[in-house]
Amino acid sequence: MSKMTLKTEGDTHLIVTRHFAAPPEAVYRAHTEPELIKKWLLGPEGWSMPVCINEARPGGKIRYEWTNGKGGEFHLTGEYVELNPYSRIVHVERMHLPDPTPDNHVETRFDRDGERTIMTLRMTLPDEQTRATMLATGMERGMEASYRRLEEMI
Amino acid sequence: MNGLNAKFAALADPTRRAILARLSQGEATVNELAEPFELTQPAISQHLKVLEDAGLIVRRVEGTKRPRRLATEGIEAMDQWLAMLRTALEKNYDRLDEVLLGINQKKGELR
Repeated sequence: MSKMTLKTEGDTHLIVTRHFAAPPEAVYRAHTEPELIKKWLLGPEGWSMPVCINEARPGGKIRYEWTNGKGGEFHLTGEYVELNPYSRIVHVERMHLPDPTPDNHVETRFDRDGERTIMTLRMTLPDEQTRATMLATGMERGMEASYRRLEEMI
Repeated sequence: MNGLNAKFAALADPTRRAILARLSQGEATVNELAEPFELTQPAISQHLKVLEDAGLIVRRVEGTKRPRRLATEGIEAMDQWLAMLRTALEKNYDRLDEVLLGINQKKGELR
């Protein structure tokens, strides 16, 4: 049940879902408190997040900086649009590689499922081309799939 | 990385995705590929060139024909990349599971 799903929707959306064995309050906190974010939002093994700025209020800034300790580094910036504790977050983000990628509008929902949480990330990219490029260049938190899934995309 | 960019960019076009879907069923000539689309042959050839440059299809010479088929290596490279990214994302959420366990335990201590 905790398995992640990822799918494309329409021309410009990417949808990620994941179950967590914790209530929405905890999952929401883990997405908005820097001390918690730094523990998990790290990508591949060997990377850490020395800088984590997360101002969880409308208009608040987001800045994550990652490093692998071997000269590899990149960062993400963003702004919060709307927060409904502990059920929904809307924010805009972009990667700097080092040139900024087009804005990714992200709606994150935390839906209660008994003592558990169903998290749904709905990303909206400016156009289909951008979504395709995003898949190619890393999709800040990684992406999809077996050949079967690739066929689904096609 | 650039090769992957070209591959995903090539996939961003619906006609090219349809061409790949057709080729996943087997080799086809340019005429056969052009048939389902209301496109001129030069337009189809342009799409085929993009797919070929991206390493997603290859051509074979058979007399005057140049049948195209999927380039297994190119498709696999994409697949491996996507699998790696998916793994990175799953790793994030596996770590988040641990973080959440910590939050729950703290709550328990307070009770």
